[in-house]
Amino acid sequence: MSELKRTALYESHVKWGGKIIDFAGWELPVQYEGLVPEHHAVRNQAGLFDVSHMGEVSVKGAQATEFVQYLVTNDVKAMADEQVIYAQMCYEDGGIVDDLLVYKFDVDEYFLVINASNVDKDYAWMQLVAEDFEVTLVNQSPDFSELALQGPKAQEILQLLTETDLETVKFFFLKRDVVIDGVKALISRTGYTGEDGFEIYVAHEGAPKLWESILKAGEPFGIKPAGLGARDTLRFEAALPLYGQEIDKDISPLEAGLGFFVKLDNDDFVGRAALLKQKEEGLKRRLVGFEMSGKGIPRHDYRVLKDGRDIGFVTTGYKAPTLDRTVGFALVEAGYSSLGTTFDIEIRGKASAAEVVKKRFYQKQYKK
Amino acid sequence: MKVMEGLLYSEDHEWVKVEGKVATIGISDFAQHQLGDIVFVELPEVADEIAKGEVFGVIESVKAASDSYLPVGGKVVEVNSALEDEPELINQDAYENWIVKIEMEDEGDLSGLMSPEAYEEFCSKEE
Repeated sequence: MSELKRTALYESHVKWGGKIIDFAGWELPVQYEGLVPEHHAVRNQAGLFDVSHMGEVSVKGAQATEFVQYLVTNDVKAMADEQVIYAQMCYEDGGIVDDLLVYKFDVDEYFLVINASNVDKDYAWMQLVAEDFEVTLVNQSPDFSELALQGPKAQEILQLLTETDLETVKFFFLKRDVVIDGVKALISRTGYTGEDGFEIYVAHEGAPKLWESILKAGEPFGIKPAGLGARDTLRFEAALPLYGQEIDKDISPLEAGLGFFVKLDNDDFVGRAALLKQKEEGLKRRLVGFEMSGKGIPRHDYRVLKDGRDIGFVTTGYKAPTLDRTVGFALVEAGYSSLGTTFDIEIRGKASAAEVVKKRFYQKQYKK
Repeated sequence: MKVMEGLLYSEDHEWVKVEGKVATIGISDFAQHQLGDIVFVELPEVADEIAKGEVFGVIESVKAASDSYLPVGGKVVEVNSALEDEPELINQDAYENWIVKIEMEDEGDLSGLMSPEAYEEFCSKEE
């Protein structure tokens, strides 16, 4: 049995009243005061998350750009220095290894941020793909703590702690060597909530100090420490996919509605041939948004039925805190994916009615 | 955490109020606090016969669905249908807002339940 890992902020979570759970092998807070107040704090003021469990891989070398371009679905060659993009890594069959953020330091150096539950698998996959390239990969996952400061007040709060003009850090751009209350950090204007905000990477020893100073600086603004529970409801409302739910090794990015991040008419990448074929032949399944008109809450893996026939499954569902509507995502046969289509969700053996609606439940409030 | 006098408690964090052969059942304040914001309650049907230890309802928080197990077996005589539209009533007062009333088949089922004092100690060990 493998031992649960603790982030450098474990003691901070206990101090702030975090309810600790096992998440992907890590002891992390699912909530502090409560999921719903934390969710609203991020939408209306600010929330601070410990996301140190996320993995990081450094890519360096003369062929770093060529390698990352071949590894992921999005166009890395089009990136400016200090830009960040979202992408997927696919297998040859078009299934997804993981989704990730690609940070470009310069043409010879990238920093890839991957999901905690996939770190070992991803790193092994990257090493395999890297065999044909002149690059050096380092799994830096054990080296960084990561904090996510999210919400409309995020910039104002963080600005109180740094001399770096945060206006200069644009949406999906990064800045290195930013000093925040004496702690040196890599920051990016990115996140997983649908709000403006920053993701902040620091060495472990600086993390507890930064945690406290951000919460203190944010106190007059109504900041709250926020747990994994709110992280999931926030990303869900903003239609941001989660590996293992909306995307997986058996689900292609096209089926998941992520075609925007897949550049099929560009350079070759792992999985491109399979995805091209899938596109030409037409998708058999599509991820849809739906709203319940019947009773109950749709949960991950519940079946979707049409006239009693199994046509797919729920990937995520909630009574969404910001919307006060019971909605979900489901991967269904493509013939049942157009807006207004009705089907049932099987909830504890009973069929409950639902209707296909737009996936964008919540309009993202990014500062572009 | 609030523990009410005059009630019996189960290890699954239900409370039971006994009036003759009828047991009124809800979840404890400790349970509602652990669950967090309750967004849905699934109730049994009146006249359902449910054995002790079987699932009689489902309480869903934002995060997850939790089954509720019947601490005493019998026939459902009344359900608190107000919870269908306002499940958050349980968060507001878990003792005022009961879930079901059961006509007990065997009052011996009550012997396995805890007193308020014993339940308070039981919860302190769970935290």
